[in-house]
Amino acid sequence: MAQDKSSARKAYWRANLGLMGVLLAIWFTVSFGFGILLRPWLDLVSLGGAPLGFWFAQQGSILTFIVLIFYYAWAMNRLEARFADRLGSDDMPDPGAPAATQEDAS
Amino acid sequence: MSVTLFWTGFFVITSFALYIGIAIASRVGSTDEFYVAGHHVPPVFNGMATAADWMSAASFLSMAGLIAFSGYDGSVFLMGWTGGYVLLALLLAPYLRRFGKFTVPDFIGDRYYSDTARVVAVICAIFVSFTYIAGQMQGVGIAFSRFLEIPIEAGVVIGGLVVLMYATLGGMKGITYTQVAQYCVMIFAFMTPAIFISLQLTGSPVPQLGFVGNVSDGTPLLVKLDGMLTELGFAPYTDGSKSTFDVFAITLALMAGTAGLPHVIVRFFTVPKAADARKSAGWALLFIGILYLTAPAVAVFARTNFIETVNESVYDAETTALVEGESETPDWFHRWETTGLLAFEDRNGDGRIQYRADPETNEVTTLNRDIFVLANPEIANLPGWVIGLVVAGGIAAALSTAAGLLLVISSSISHDLCRKVLFKSMTDKQELLIARLSATGAVLIAILAGIYPPGFVASVVALAFGLAAASFFPAILLGIFWQRMSKEGAIAGMVTGLGVTGAYILTYKIFGWIPNDAEHWFLGVSPEGFGTIGMVISFAVSVTVSLLTPAPPAEVRELVERIRAP
Repeated sequence: MAQDKSSARKAYWRANLGLMGVLLAIWFTVSFGFGILLRPWLDLVSLGGAPLGFWFAQQGSILTFIVLIFYYAWAMNRLEARFADRLGSDDMPDPGAPAATQEDAS
Repeated sequence: MSVTLFWTGFFVITSFALYIGIAIASRVGSTDEFYVAGHHVPPVFNGMATAADWMSAASFLSMAGLIAFSGYDGSVFLMGWTGGYVLLALLLAPYLRRFGKFTVPDFIGDRYYSDTARVVAVICAIFVSFTYIAGQMQGVGIAFSRFLEIPIEAGVVIGGLVVLMYATLGGMKGITYTQVAQYCVMIFAFMTPAIFISLQLTGSPVPQLGFVGNVSDGTPLLVKLDGMLTELGFAPYTDGSKSTFDVFAITLALMAGTAGLPHVIVRFFTVPKAADARKSAGWALLFIGILYLTAPAVAVFARTNFIETVNESVYDAETTALVEGESETPDWFHRWETTGLLAFEDRNGDGRIQYRADPETNEVTTLNRDIFVLANPEIANLPGWVIGLVVAGGIAAALSTAAGLLLVISSSISHDLCRKVLFKSMTDKQELLIARLSATGAVLIAILAGIYPPGFVASVVALAFGLAAASFFPAILLGIFWQRMSKEGAIAGMVTGLGVTGAYILTYKIFGWIPNDAEHWFLGVSPEGFGTIGMVISFAVSVTVSLLTPAPPAEVRELVERIRAP
């Protein structure tokens, strides 16, 4: 049981890191990539008068960031639900939250 | 002007009454409620409060004007001040929430099993917060003095007393719900003029889309602006003047700084659980994004309007006869001239204003970028109540940020310094009293700093971000993701990060020992972007020192395991 729990915890953490890696790569690409480093090439295309690189730097990156965070929140909830029966949070109470609101709050 | 005065007074007084009412309704009696609102704040409300906490007087009043006159270069603020939320949501907030305590120094002190680390964190937190708060109080004072005909000092004192009232009564709980109200005031005030101006210029009621919209003859707005600017000798709006590497460095420093600012991090301690911290970061960025996606549009509208209505206009129609097709200089121009923030000098004596890039022929001799958000309603010919609303919005932006910073200062002193280091046997009641007293002390200092602003206030914002990026961000990130990180590594990393970044910014911006220009910068990185270099150094020092010193004890490794587990 303890063995299973520890390997489940490792699998959960690996899945989390993998998801994070992909999302951070997108975060980097839209801002530092499209908005800054690749701008000279993207600017050859224009969107409503805005050169595309310029648009990513001023609006596109922000829109992507918002989507990224909501996606991460959703994907992590799904991941945690998948691991819930194998991990169980009963032995690690969240010190700040009252026990009753922990499971039903979302 | 008296109609404007009436409505400004009306909105400011009504909003203050609202804030104080909320404060009285949310009085608290325990440190848990005072520091983190009892961990009971729903994610959407926390998102709104975070947005208000985060968007300061500078975001609300200055940013759009700054972008209007720097074009592409202004993107560093747009990306830098929003991208940090991705780092927060993915890398920091959920784990710090699961850690479950009250403050950022709390985490540093426990994770690095050391009171020295805790005290270093307290010093960083207080220093970063004070540099920031002085600017907010000054913003309140300026808004009061310009629009309510009250001396600047009185404005700062009134603003300070209002913050004092809800911060000491309600602590984090009071601050959270006033920030929710302040967000609503702020966003309504920012969007109303933006919507009308967007309709006038592009016919689109959504200013965020007006940014990529067309003007009445079908030309895209940005193409038109680029054309007008080139004709007057300016660089095109969509081109930048900063080096690519510097833009990269500033953006990264602002992102990491955002993620490392204690008053932002601590907002994520107030939600019920880690999953809520993630969700609430999403809400925060959505609420911030409404303003941040509008700001670049407002910037383009403002620059276009300014050129169209001011350039080649007849300054005084009484003395200069209008030729057909010419128009008079708009009234708002004359009104802002009296403030000294805008000035015209008729160099060629033709009675018309020539706005040019070339300083030899340019006749708009003073043009303060900060006036644009405030002047926008007048430029768009909107009624007096809109101006009043914008002033109340600017004050809301300044007060909400000041309150969040104040709480960081007060909890650092009462909780981290007194309870955890100096007087460990203190009761909860005594700690709460000290928290309230230190909040009061901090407000009084902030009021003084607002009345007698240290000359370097404007440059210290760069300092606050640089220091947060080079100290807190690496220490917290490695603390969560690298179990091997030892206390020696953390302390060495924070101290070097602080030292190197602080020294660089002091050298160029405050003492001016070396000329502040690209030729003299290290690797061509401006002081604003140096936080990135400081951060890289801090990471390198932390890792090296950790590997050379003993590994953290077993209970710390358990702590890290615990905050990582769902």
